[in-house]
Amino acid sequence: MTEQSQSSSAETPSVLDELPGDLMMWVLIISELLVFGAGLGAFLGVRITDPEGFSAAQDHLFRAGAGLNTFVLVTSGFLAALASRAAHLGKVWRTRAMLLAAAMLGVVFLIIKGVEYAGKYAQGIGVETHPFFTFYYLLTGFHAAHVVFGILILGIVGYRCAPRTVEVGVAFWHMVDLVWVLLFPVIYLLR
Amino acid sequence: MKYQSQKIALAYFSVAMALFALQVSFGLIMGWIYVDGNFLTDILPFNIVRMLHTNSLIVWLLLGFFGAAYYLVPEEAEREIHSTKLAYLQLAIFVIGALGAVLTYSFNLFEGNFLLGKEGREFLEQPRWVKAGIVVAALIFLYNVSMTVLKGRKTAITNILLLGLWGLSLLFLFAFYNPGNLALDKQYWWYVVHLWVEGTWELVMAAILGYLMLKLTGVDREVVEKWLYVIVAAALFSGILGTGHHYYWIGTPGYWQWIGSVFSSLEVVPFFAMMAFAFVMVWKGRRDHPNKAALLWSLGCATLAFFGAGVWGFLHTLHGVNYYTHGTQITAAHGHLAFFGAYVSLNLAIISYAMPVLKGRDPYNQVLNMASFWLMSSGMVFMTVTLTFAGALQTHLQRVNGEAFMEVQDQLWIFYAMRFGSGVAVVLGAILFIYSVMVPRREVIAAGPVEQARIDAEHIAAE
Repeated sequence: MTEQSQSSSAETPSVLDELPGDLMMWVLIISELLVFGAGLGAFLGVRITDPEGFSAAQDHLFRAGAGLNTFVLVTSGFLAALASRAAHLGKVWRTRAMLLAAAMLGVVFLIIKGVEYAGKYAQGIGVETHPFFTFYYLLTGFHAAHVVFGILILGIVGYRCAPRTVEVGVAFWHMVDLVWVLLFPVIYLLR
Repeated sequence: MKYQSQKIALAYFSVAMALFALQVSFGLIMGWIYVDGNFLTDILPFNIVRMLHTNSLIVWLLLGFFGAAYYLVPEEAEREIHSTKLAYLQLAIFVIGALGAVLTYSFNLFEGNFLLGKEGREFLEQPRWVKAGIVVAALIFLYNVSMTVLKGRKTAITNILLLGLWGLSLLFLFAFYNPGNLALDKQYWWYVVHLWVEGTWELVMAAILGYLMLKLTGVDREVVEKWLYVIVAAALFSGILGTGHHYYWIGTPGYWQWIGSVFSSLEVVPFFAMMAFAFVMVWKGRRDHPNKAALLWSLGCATLAFFGAGVWGFLHTLHGVNYYTHGTQITAAHGHLAFFGAYVSLNLAIISYAMPVLKGRDPYNQVLNMASFWLMSSGMVFMTVTLTFAGALQTHLQRVNGEAFMEVQDQLWIFYAMRFGSGVAVVLGAILFIYSVMVPRREVIAAGPVEQARIDAEHIAAE
């Protein structure tokens, strides 16, 4: 499909062809951003109905852990960007090393997240405890699932290490990064 | 016709049209029961007519999909269908199963029998032997079409079509699982009902629409494929977790309200994309295909599907709204326009496209066919608007004011009377459509000199 579409796009160049990576990844990224955006919008909407309850519930969160996790994930994103650059320079092993480092930081993120969830569980806080926690578990849980999926993707693009493939995988990883950077202040910090 | 085995589609489309006539007739009877509640209560109770109306709809749509597959797969794979005999055997099983279901429902035969009696689950009430027959027929179909595609050319259209058809067949297996717990029953039940029409059927729709656009507009295959992949991705992304919008009030945990609301809101995206796709393809098209009726149905399908499934679906998909509107006439309004727009029109589009070729009469009787489009579509849109008003009023009287169900129904009478009128228009439109594709051999209006010159210059005659 790719060769043919390039030849046909020669006659009518499309803005879509200028996208880095693959069009389908951008469809996925936009869909994900819509879902998380809608989730955060709903969170803020419900928060208006019960600001005190939401603030009280928020005080149970492990803010330092989440702050540390932000640092971990942004660093991981930086390493993934370096991997993409190395791939374009044709340095296969450097690309793989960077992807591995990025993925390992993803694992660190999940471990810290696990500690956080375990703490909630120990306090007896579940999905149905309060609307705040329904959103907390849905949004951070859904995000954590994307981290797991993203680690798998980084593994796959590291295995099939072509510049374009790496670019597609790293684009997904940056989306996971971006979503966390949006979730963190709204869920953990917003008063 | 390029391949002899495409002729199989003619048999499928003919049976589908017969069931279509039956389906809308049952609809009309039910429409009158809404007006006069005692109509036929003893011989044909409302719940039985409803089963016949919905079941025959699903079966004829499926037969249309099978027919469409048998018509387009040879052209896409560039070879004859693996086995013509199996294809007719599959149809025979479907016909016997459909007749068996109609007789069992109508006369309430074998009540309570494990194998022969109806099962009593809404929409999945078919007797077990019919369900088993459906599975056997589906296996024959999948084997037949997959063998054809595997040995022939593989295109995005056939890949997506097969993905949809395999998916819908596998999901049907949940029809056999009937847990005693009603909440669990409903949870699995939606695996069939929702994951069909808001998942796998959308793939079938995208594939058939893609095929029609390819043929009718002559746009490059790569362009069509790119659109198809985006549409399919959007459909699966939103549709699978969108199942959550059925889990609001059946006893599932509360977080489904947010999962369902967020994902099902996005279900409008693939339908919007399909509408955009159809119009952009026509806009960019290089071919002025003379089969204008097929083009009209294709564009009508994409547009009415966007409104019926997309807009009318979104209307009551958020759980805060659905809390009030659940199970009112709003649902009926959405159900009618969504099924008509997305799947009825899709079938009528491919039938309008294929029939002239199958019957060896080059584009014929466009005028009657197009008249049937406008009659049926305006009837259906009028019905949708009527039911939406009825639903809004019902929601207020019943759910806000707390009046009793039957008291409210009495106050909705005027809407039901108007709905019956629109139902008559739909039935007349359906009869006109069936007549126009099955009977006449001549054009109703002969082409004028300009149109005739264009047809002579550009049109490739049906073989």
